[in-house]
Amino acid sequence: MTAIAQTPIVEKAEGSRAWKKLRNSRSALAGMTIILFFTILAMAAPILPIPDPVATSWSAIRKAPSAAHWLGTDDLGRDILSRMIWGARASLMAGVFSVIIAVAIGVPFGILAGYFGGWVDLVISRITEALLAMPFLIMAIALAAFLGPSLSNAMIAIGLSAMPIFVRLTRGQVLSVKTEDYVEGARSVGLGHMDIMLRYILPNVTAPIIVQATLTVATAIIAEASLSFLGLGQQPPAASWGSMLNVAKNFLSQAPWMAMWPGIAIFLVVIGFNLLGDGLRDALDPREH
Amino acid sequence: MTAEMHRPPILSVRNLTTSFRTDGGWKSVVRDVSFDVRAGETLAIVGESGSGKSVTSLSIMRLLAENASRIEGEVILNNRNLLALSEKDMRAVRGNEVSMIFQEPMTSLNPIFTIGRQISEVLTRHKGMTTREARAETIRMLEKVRIPNATSRFDEYPHQFSGGMRQRVMIAMALASRPKLLIADEPTTALDVTIQGQILDLIKTLQEEEGMSVLFITHDMGVVAEIADRTVVMYRGDAVEAGDTADIFHRGQHPYTRALLSAVPKLGSMQGEAAPLRFPVVDTATGITIAPPPAKAPLGHRQPILEVKNLVTRFPVRSGLFSRQTGAIHAVENVSFDLRQGETLSLVGESGCGKSTTGRSIMRLIEPTSGEIQLDGYNVQRLGSMDLQRMRKSIQMIFQDPFSSLNPRMTVGQAIAEPFLKHKLGGSKEAAEKTAYLLDRVGLSGAMMNRYPHEFSGGQRQRIAIARALSLDPKVIVADESVSALDVSIKAQVCNLLLDLQESLDLAFLFISHDMAVVERVSHRVAVMYLGEIVEIGPRAAVFENPQHPYTKKLIAAVPVPDPARRGIRRGLADDELKSPVRPVGFEPPARQYREVSAGHLVQMA
Repeated sequence: MTAIAQTPIVEKAEGSRAWKKLRNSRSALAGMTIILFFTILAMAAPILPIPDPVATSWSAIRKAPSAAHWLGTDDLGRDILSRMIWGARASLMAGVFSVIIAVAIGVPFGILAGYFGGWVDLVISRITEALLAMPFLIMAIALAAFLGPSLSNAMIAIGLSAMPIFVRLTRGQVLSVKTEDYVEGARSVGLGHMDIMLRYILPNVTAPIIVQATLTVATAIIAEASLSFLGLGQQPPAASWGSMLNVAKNFLSQAPWMAMWPGIAIFLVVIGFNLLGDGLRDALDPREH
Repeated sequence: MTAEMHRPPILSVRNLTTSFRTDGGWKSVVRDVSFDVRAGETLAIVGESGSGKSVTSLSIMRLLAENASRIEGEVILNNRNLLALSEKDMRAVRGNEVSMIFQEPMTSLNPIFTIGRQISEVLTRHKGMTTREARAETIRMLEKVRIPNATSRFDEYPHQFSGGMRQRVMIAMALASRPKLLIADEPTTALDVTIQGQILDLIKTLQEEEGMSVLFITHDMGVVAEIADRTVVMYRGDAVEAGDTADIFHRGQHPYTRALLSAVPKLGSMQGEAAPLRFPVVDTATGITIAPPPAKAPLGHRQPILEVKNLVTRFPVRSGLFSRQTGAIHAVENVSFDLRQGETLSLVGESGCGKSTTGRSIMRLIEPTSGEIQLDGYNVQRLGSMDLQRMRKSIQMIFQDPFSSLNPRMTVGQAIAEPFLKHKLGGSKEAAEKTAYLLDRVGLSGAMMNRYPHEFSGGQRQRIAIARALSLDPKVIVADESVSALDVSIKAQVCNLLLDLQESLDLAFLFISHDMAVVERVSHRVAVMYLGEIVEIGPRAAVFENPQHPYTKKLIAAVPVPDPARRGIRRGLADDELKSPVRPVGFEPPARQYREVSAGHLVQMA
């Protein structure tokens, strides 16, 4: 691994090729723009000239969008724009970090199960199946309750609940890649298991994992919303899009804007991740032009 | 022959041009192709991959995706231009007036319906038969294509049939509606050579019985010689030459035709030669032949570099609720041979005979059940995992499919340098130098090392795989069907490369192949395998010129020879299938005796 990285042969890293292809894909760029927009907004929340997201006002309850409150106010008179921007932090973090957790645990186990087969596969696959037998949300709720209510625990809970899907997906991919001649070829030139898994298996199974990850980001954002609603995620009064949406559903007819903005935001972010995921899949595949 | 000349054509293709939509517009893949297929005759379209031969047949049947392709010209069948028909009318033509059989019998039948139902469907749809009539007719068809026990096999599913039998089912289905024209697109390419012989015989017989015309598409000049009255040679989308098959073979005008024919390995062409011989090289532009250098003197007596004694490899077959072992595949049974430095020993046989398993067992890519393997001073059977990795410096492998044998995520340079660096044979600078040297050595250029495998053609990839195998300076190379997937002209070039490398590097090849003609060309010695056992082994000349075992004889007789004088031959092969090497638990094969025919030529006694 390290030896090969030093060779002058690899001067032209694969990363630069992929990046070039990604830049040429209009939809991927659109996805990236959307994600970037929300990420910058979320990061800039403390310095933007917006009202305090938790400041309530009894005189401005459920006000429609106006010059004073661009996106309106919620049932406690809080400024929705401000809560949207602060909530973007919680939602994006919940989405991205829980998927990172799921991928970081799920993919290695999937590779181990698929590559070694036998009892390793048997143990990992049975545990995965047992976990998959539990509904995703129920498991996330149970884990979050067990870990204690906080945003970071919610992320861990969502990550662990989403993990079995990645084990399964990776294992299946590995099983098909494993039969390729180049894997046997790697053995025949005397490479060890670690080299084969890292350099021959992993790079060839990433495409569907990336696509699954982007989809799971969307699921995770919604799961965080549900946990927040139960008081297991983002703790009130701090905002997340999910918790805003859950509150808003009680006022759909009186104050539709309360539900509209977080809904649109979730929709956009999910689309953004999907577009980016598709673009990445194409860009990372050297076979596609 | 003359009578046939005056028969009216069944199918007339005039100025056929097919283009596919690409990013930048339309790209023509078949250009201005014209030919006739007359009643009762067989016309072959021959060409290598990318020649447009399959696209031609798909264009005739209008089976190309309509929005991504454009077909121009005329395809006249029974005074109707098929290209002008509506899609609905075209459906009535397909499978009725014109039928088609494809290359891959394993995937061209629907796995969830019985074969009987699939054939009957053609009859009920196109001929308006009742289910009962269709059933009776289907059984008649199955008998016609010589499927044993047709009545009882009517209700069986495709997976219960072997590849050869499935191709018979496909033919039965194609013939069910009594078409006037059968288009056969590489129908025997995926089949074993003895099965190929049976299917070719069957197509000839059925053609006589039914009086239909056949448009036969193939890359195999041997098959062309055997089956075709007339031949069209295609090259990169153009029909470069057309004429009587005998004329094409003996008096081919176009340089490409000549190049193609000279690259075809011809069984029996090596009589009287002492050592492997390179293929002649013909310039496809000028048609000038460069004769191969004369064969080297035969090898003197040399020490074996690889000795295999009583090698056995079995795979358990498990079934039932608790996966109890119910039997075993006896893939390799009591195989012994040795291989000397600078020598090529070929393992030949049909699918399932254990030739690939033998190669993999020797490298311990598969764990052998028992036996003894001595390789370059290593006792391979007893090596621990560290020693095993060291041992692999001495023996390397080249695989069949150049499209799956290279990691698509690694540059060619990385792939070639990797084994060198892994075994710490030098630093990164030496690795880069070595890689450039090896790429030059296999006929590519060191400047290509930053490219990815998908940027290369099949033949070039196989060269890259060879370069990779050479990066450890191995003494033995296991070439597992390494040239089988390549086009004839590329195949000849890669064979020549292997022979060059053998001469300059003193390599020993274990050449695993089903292609008897190539084996005859490149081997010093040959071992014929059947159901996991070596049934005959000996010097190449002895085995090919004086075959003793019935299976060897059958194998040699089944090879299509590119000689149009054999147009009429029938092999009279029994319609049997390849036997299975699955045995019940505890089965021990009988001890085999070998008899020595001449020096080093051993034959298994029955």
